[in-house]
Amino acid sequence: MSFILKQPSVLPGFALTLGFTLFYLGVIVLIPLSGLFVKTSTLPWEQFWGITTTPRAIASYQLTFGASFVGAIINGLFGSIIAWVLVRYQFPGRSAIDALVDLPFALPTAVSGITLAAIYSSNGWIGRFLEPLGIKVAFTPLGILVALTFIGLPFVVRTVQPVLQDLDKEVEEAAATLGANRWQTFRAVIVPELWPALLTGIAMAFARSVGEYGSVIFIAGNMPLKSEITPLLIMTKLEQYDYAGATALGVVMLVVSFVLALAINLLQWWSSTRHMNQ
Amino acid sequence: MTILSKMFIALGAWLIAAHPLVVHAGDITLLNASYDPTRELYQEFNAAFVKYWQKEKGQAVVIKQSHGGSGKQARAVVDGLDADIVTLALAYDVDAIAKARLLPANWQTRLPHNSSPYTSTIVFLVRKGNPKAIRDWDDLVKPGVAIIPANPKTSGAARWAYLSAWGYALKKSDNEEAKAKDFIGKFYANVSVFDTGARGATTTFVERGIGDVLVGWENEAYLALKEFGAGKFEIVTPSISILAEPTVSLVDHVAKRKGTEVVAQAYLQYLYSDEGQELAAKHFYRPRSEAASAKYGSQFAKLNLFTIDEVFGGWQKAHQMHFADGGIFDEIYKLNK
Amino acid sequence: MNAVTIIADKDLQWKESLTTESVFVRRSLIAAAFLYLTLFLFIPLAAVFAEALKGGILAYVGSFLNEDALAAIRLTLLVASVVVPLNALFGVAAAWVIAKFDFVGKQILITLIDMPLAVSPVISGLIYVLLFGLQGWFGPWLADHDIKILFALPGIVLATIFVTVPFVVRELIPLMQSQGREEEEAAITLGASGWQMFTRVTLPNIKWSLLYGVILCNARAMGEFGAVSVVSGHIRGLTNTMPLHVEILYNEYNAVSAFAVASLLTLLAVVTLAVKAIVERKAHFPTIVADPISNVQTGSIR
Repeated sequence: MSFILKQPSVLPGFALTLGFTLFYLGVIVLIPLSGLFVKTSTLPWEQFWGITTTPRAIASYQLTFGASFVGAIINGLFGSIIAWVLVRYQFPGRSAIDALVDLPFALPTAVSGITLAAIYSSNGWIGRFLEPLGIKVAFTPLGILVALTFIGLPFVVRTVQPVLQDLDKEVEEAAATLGANRWQTFRAVIVPELWPALLTGIAMAFARSVGEYGSVIFIAGNMPLKSEITPLLIMTKLEQYDYAGATALGVVMLVVSFVLALAINLLQWWSSTRHMNQ
Repeated sequence: MTILSKMFIALGAWLIAAHPLVVHAGDITLLNASYDPTRELYQEFNAAFVKYWQKEKGQAVVIKQSHGGSGKQARAVVDGLDADIVTLALAYDVDAIAKARLLPANWQTRLPHNSSPYTSTIVFLVRKGNPKAIRDWDDLVKPGVAIIPANPKTSGAARWAYLSAWGYALKKSDNEEAKAKDFIGKFYANVSVFDTGARGATTTFVERGIGDVLVGWENEAYLALKEFGAGKFEIVTPSISILAEPTVSLVDHVAKRKGTEVVAQAYLQYLYSDEGQELAAKHFYRPRSEAASAKYGSQFAKLNLFTIDEVFGGWQKAHQMHFADGGIFDEIYKLNK
Repeated sequence: MNAVTIIADKDLQWKESLTTESVFVRRSLIAAAFLYLTLFLFIPLAAVFAEALKGGILAYVGSFLNEDALAAIRLTLLVASVVVPLNALFGVAAAWVIAKFDFVGKQILITLIDMPLAVSPVISGLIYVLLFGLQGWFGPWLADHDIKILFALPGIVLATIFVTVPFVVRELIPLMQSQGREEEEAAITLGASGWQMFTRVTLPNIKWSLLYGVILCNARAMGEFGAVSVVSGHIRGLTNTMPLHVEILYNEYNAVSAFAVASLLTLLAVVTLAVKAIVERKAHFPTIVADPISNVQTGSIR
């Protein structure tokens, strides 16, 4: 297998580990995923187009991508604040909060789902205060937004935080010495540094939200055209024995995920080359 | 370290030795794939049948349950879930299994009463004092009434509810389909949450306090009253509703392979026995046998019931016309937008 | 205190004042962070335990001490005990080949490893139904040979492996890349066998990251819902994992038990995070990213 090696190496185990890696990925990831495409390719193009562009499907894309996007933006804002506060300020409970930020990532999605539904429903801890204001969260598109914001929380914090930590304070000092006030320094010095990491974090939160299922179904109203996300529509199709429909929608989701993954990789490449040029 | 490793070994032993996948290999195990609201019924019925079979044949049998939306369960069986028995919400779902050749097409003739040992109907559950003054189907389409049915695309109860509303509208308008369509359109315009299963809808209405009327199984409504106290909710029985016939069948393909045909058939037949009928009635399903009907008759409200065959010409036709992709249900949803 | 230090202190204070915000801004930012975290983190966390303990401690304990709950816990542990070692082994092998060698198609390999992170869990389950379902590619053959994959342990294990493939490898690659090849190359040149090199040089270098990857993988393996829900068949006491058991209890009007089992899973998540914090301190690497996507990328370019 040495022909694919770009440089000869004295280190052992290349063939063994590469072989095992390829075999494992092939069995676990590649074959199953290609199954999805093969299954879809049995559909004529018109039918595929028809299934994936019904008003119900389009409404579900709008909701899934729309809510994921808004959730990611909210997390972009508050995630940056949290990262800033965690890196720059000292306050009681800082390290505990630092550890807990990852909770939405470590918590099983079903647990997040029933918990959020319990809190934000009209007799729940938070829902009961929102209800008199005329705000209904659980079982509305707003509930989906809450769930997607929850699961996206760690991503922006965790991408912005290390960049903030590495940020050289001397540049800020220099800016201040040159007469810039704090706001100007922030805009001209800090924001450009954070920007790539922030975008990466937002994109990652977005990508994670788009595919989310477990936590959303408990809190969404699941109304076709109104509060039905695409993963639920796939599940619904499955339950109607409509495999063609389920796989067609699955392929749409998969292609979007792939494009997102690619976008994230590009963003990170951009971010790290910027970093290296400094 | 030795304590730690001992703990690991003990844990491993527990995982492997005590796991039911391994342990029950020698016993006769039946799997009953059922729909959502039957959990409580079959929990009790299974225990009764195990006792009966032990006494009758001296054989120990373990019965496993799987619950979910009726359509989902049928799909799982079609995909290879090893269910010996299916007890589903509607005949259409069993037909789907027949289409996959896991059981014969004439399955419905194999047991009495269209293979439906108990029936139910669609009623309304409202909040205490009936604040929106719901009396009959017409009250559900009034503006400002929030109704909770499940999603007819996935839930059996929701399909029965849909057909029930359609049947009512047809009868009221002397079989004018356009008027029925108009009625059903208004009906679904009032929906506030669409759960995928009947149980989910009940949870939404009862525990989360959403909506004014739950439109669903009669048995589920009674169960909700029992679980949450009669003081919180009231059952409203409409003037007319559908005779919902949940159906049961042996999954021949699976039972043959597992060699469980005899006991599985006995299990289904036991549903028609005195004890089976009593248990069904106890869990608020309308029993078929006269004895149980007489004993429990007073707990069910009297109303006019029509069957799916009378009004719709059977499940296949009803499905084609209403629930298939591009059917009337889809049409309504486009209109509402 | 002599004059020099006073001047130095003043200098420091002056510098400090240049690069920090006014008290008002600082407090508002901290307050905003706290408010957001309260809404989305603290309240949900507290709610799980509050709901679980609503019925008293006896009802809480009773939620675990029944056959179905124990079976669900057992199945979840069993699945994790198969999935985690396999993914750890894969993680070490894949990280070794990616971090220490330059070969054609490396980026494609990395993207492939990432795929499960980007795929919706529902699809992760669906693909196994398409493969192993009775109507799927291998279904009929498997049925003829009486091999159960779907709606049985192997299906649940496969779906869980798929979902958790990236976690260990994603933790290891950036670390192994930043450590370079010199130490291993030296060991080999000095005559160590491949295995000796691995156990004496590589493994001690990566043990903390490996541990964190394993813990993260374990938490996700025990908590997976969507994918497992598609392939499980929901047979009580047989193929119900803990997250599925939570859903079932929830649907049985048994909110207290549902939250009790959920609290167990939450505890697991909190322990995972605590161990992570400790591991990070031990390994002296700064808080990196929760999601490992960025690790590889920044790492691979480093």
